[in-house]
Amino acid sequence: MILYINLHHDARLETFLHSDTAVGGRQRQRRGEGERGKSSLLRDTVGFTWSIRDVFFEHKILRLNCIIMLLRKVTQSPALCGTILRIPPVLSGGQRQARPVVNSRLYASEATQAVLEKPVAVGSHATAKVEKQAVSNESKSFAVNIFKGQIATSQVFPFPSVLNEEQEQFLRELVGPVCKFFEEVNDPAKNDALEKVEDHTMEGLKEMGAFGLQVPSDLGGLGLTNTQYGRLVEIVGSHDLGVGITLGAHQSIGFKGILLFGNPAQKEKYLPKLATGEHIAAFCLTEPASGSDAASIKTTAVQSPCGKYFTLNGSKIWISNGGLAEIFTVFAKTPVKDPNTGEVKDKISAFIVERSFGGVTHGPPEKKMGIKASNTAEVYFDNVRVPADCLLAEVGGGFKVAMNILNNGRFGMAAALAGTMKGVITKAVDHAANRTQFGNKIHNYGAIQEKMARMAMLQYVTESMAYMISGNMDSGATEFQIEAAMSKIFASEAAWNVTDECIQVMGGMGFMKDSGVERVMRDLRIFRIFEGTNDILRLFVALNGFQNAGNQLKSLQKALKNPLGNAGLLTGEMTKRAKRMAGLSTGLTLQGAVHPELAHSGELTVKAVEQFGIVVEELLVKHGKKIIDEQFVLKRIADSAIDIYAMVVVLSRASRSLSQGQATAQHEKMLCETWCMETHERVMRDIKTLRSSDSRRLFKNLRTISAAMVENGGVVTPHPLGF
Amino acid sequence: MSGRVLVGVKRVIDYAVKIRVKPDNSGVVTDGVKHSMNPFCEIAVEEAVKLKEKKLIKEVVAVSCGPQQAQETIRTALAMGADRGIHVEVSGKDYETLGPLHVSKILAALAKKEEAQLVILGKQAIDDDCNQTGQMTAALLDWPQGTFASEVSLEGDKIKVVREIDGGLETIKINTPAVLTADLRLNTPRYATLPNIMKAKKKKIANVKPADLGVELTSRLEVLRVDEPPQRLAGIKVETVGDLVSKLKETGKI
Repeated sequence: MILYINLHHDARLETFLHSDTAVGGRQRQRRGEGERGKSSLLRDTVGFTWSIRDVFFEHKILRLNCIIMLLRKVTQSPALCGTILRIPPVLSGGQRQARPVVNSRLYASEATQAVLEKPVAVGSHATAKVEKQAVSNESKSFAVNIFKGQIATSQVFPFPSVLNEEQEQFLRELVGPVCKFFEEVNDPAKNDALEKVEDHTMEGLKEMGAFGLQVPSDLGGLGLTNTQYGRLVEIVGSHDLGVGITLGAHQSIGFKGILLFGNPAQKEKYLPKLATGEHIAAFCLTEPASGSDAASIKTTAVQSPCGKYFTLNGSKIWISNGGLAEIFTVFAKTPVKDPNTGEVKDKISAFIVERSFGGVTHGPPEKKMGIKASNTAEVYFDNVRVPADCLLAEVGGGFKVAMNILNNGRFGMAAALAGTMKGVITKAVDHAANRTQFGNKIHNYGAIQEKMARMAMLQYVTESMAYMISGNMDSGATEFQIEAAMSKIFASEAAWNVTDECIQVMGGMGFMKDSGVERVMRDLRIFRIFEGTNDILRLFVALNGFQNAGNQLKSLQKALKNPLGNAGLLTGEMTKRAKRMAGLSTGLTLQGAVHPELAHSGELTVKAVEQFGIVVEELLVKHGKKIIDEQFVLKRIADSAIDIYAMVVVLSRASRSLSQGQATAQHEKMLCETWCMETHERVMRDIKTLRSSDSRRLFKNLRTISAAMVENGGVVTPHPLGF
Repeated sequence: MSGRVLVGVKRVIDYAVKIRVKPDNSGVVTDGVKHSMNPFCEIAVEEAVKLKEKKLIKEVVAVSCGPQQAQETIRTALAMGADRGIHVEVSGKDYETLGPLHVSKILAALAKKEEAQLVILGKQAIDDDCNQTGQMTAALLDWPQGTFASEVSLEGDKIKVVREIDGGLETIKINTPAVLTADLRLNTPRYATLPNIMKAKKKKIANVKPADLGVELTSRLEVLRVDEPPQRLAGIKVETVGDLVSKLKETGKI
């Protein structure tokens, strides 16, 4: 029976992962061949083959009993799992007798044990090796790990404090003047009305140094860390997102490619003028026929026969700063010869293009819903001769450049929007505290209180995410892409909700232009669309997670081929799975990381992670590689992953405040508790939906309704009045 | 004149912060409250920096008296263009009772020590609104004073100061060395830009104790009680002039 549990589970995984390969029988292992056997794990030494389906159905009822037993035994000896794997699957017939059989097999004789112990001892080397490998492959990213049903605390606990004393002091000094500038000089309403940043503001921003925040100081910038940058961007976000985009399009994406991938000569040539704002930069990826599908761009860069330059042709649309920029980071297709096959393929490369090269023109500023102050234009490249020196990274390395730029910039959006939320919340609170209706200030009414509390929570989560990620980045983490994408999704939606509710709290007043909130609402809308739409980013989050979970299963599968050598690894995995399936605690815990006062919230988070890990594995087994096409599922998985990450970031931050005895610690505890309670519920509900058979029908319905609409060119149903 | 200007910069609760009185009425809440440079001191710094930019003077020294955080205020002055700073460290009980006379004594001592030709201060600080330090410093140094300046021009070794006085402007010409205090309209202070803040990190701030300057900080003043301004009560409407007169009589106003 024990065999069954693990087998039915892993065998199904195996079919997903490698339908053609399977785990070798133990005999082969013992002979040390270790090759990929055609025999499946289920077709063990006795040569008895089970159909996976049979295993699954026949033994469903037995699951719990078996697990309990397993729990009792598995912990006793790492060698046990070898034993488990060795037991011939004679159990299928006699379920009732199965238990004693297992027991007697296990402890039948000392000889058995001796045999079992030997290979383990021999295999300890191998075990160490595998574990070592596992360590190096192991991701430290919290988000990556929850897809494996694991909790990796190193990036999330304690809440990162990455600024050294000098950096903190410097940042303190910067915050004041930046705030002052935005309070006293910049006029967001006027920028919005003019559809450009006022000239004197633009000049002021340049003098201020706002265009070179992260350029190294020896190249004329301020050399800020991501955390420092986030703090300043937050101020910009709280005052004027239009200016924020002008600055962000310049340094967060416009010339970030030069910062990240530029060679020393390129950096020295371009960064000083970009840092002072003398030159404005723009990021040119999107094309009329290429939005989310960035790989489908049509702009071309063909290298000259002499190799000294590329000829660039194509057009880009919706380029922020497109009409102002002197320096462009442009992505174009270049023919690349595969050194192995000799085949020529188009691959994306990234170039630094100066307007002064000639042949670079732009269209009129686009009329937009929001962020009107920022310039958005089409940019055309007509036979632009780009010197080969202007290639960023290597030929064909452009996709990597683009993704890295975007990944590195996303946390900034979360920081900016945390500021935006803070700003509108102040307005909502001011109104709620002073507006009297029905004889009371409206903040006394539950309807308003709930809105206010939710606004505060969303802001708290977003802010915590932004600085968690910037802190991770600053401490040298290389795996923050999933978290960064999550923060962009979460922040842009949270800010939208918060601003919407702010207007609701303010009623008609909020709807009026003078309150300044409607502009924020318009400005915010684009954040769910640009730099990777939230929909695409959700797929990115989910698929990335599934891929990592899949890889883990693959390595498990590999380990199963040499079960004795990998005894330690397998025992751990089996214990975890068994416990999880029995609904027992898997030993996952946040104890020690989370402040004792938040223990309950910590438990809720752990439960959510456990269930999430299960459902991810189930979905992998169910859909196999086809999971890629299951967007209804992927969306829901991403939602839950984001929710769980949101829980852990506030747990971490509130824990820190409690441990430090901050004046607001109890308030933060309340924000955290409330957030975790509700979010845990939401995650559980989503997971339940995903597991239920109803979801299949639900998704099918949605798909069919949509298809019918496309067929009809709109709403399908006739008018209720009949005409 | 090509001398040195001493500028006083005071760290005060930011003008935009709503002031709260401590529950025990011993003072106002300062913990966790945003502080910044006194706006009139900013004007003083700006004026000094301008004089330097016109090459009329050669060095601007910013001075602040207070606890460790006073250095932040000095840093702001340095970012605005002051050349170096002097932090006169006063903390704890001494800081709580620090008043214009003590600061004047400190500034006077420093002015002598640094051989300053001008001392420029804000006309008053927005926290205690004393409006005394400039005048006392001038008296202690026995230097001429040009207070409430709305225009300052150096003419040889003399200074022409346009002063804001009740009902108009008064123009005076005084000898140097002198003490000036800045009024609101003297200039518009510049913003400390981020690159200049970064450069200011390299500028030096000297640390001095009042005792080093021979200044004793015992206070002759005692704060008995600090209260919020009384809440304004709602008024009443009267129907006729007669009613108004009788109401005023009732309340003893006429």
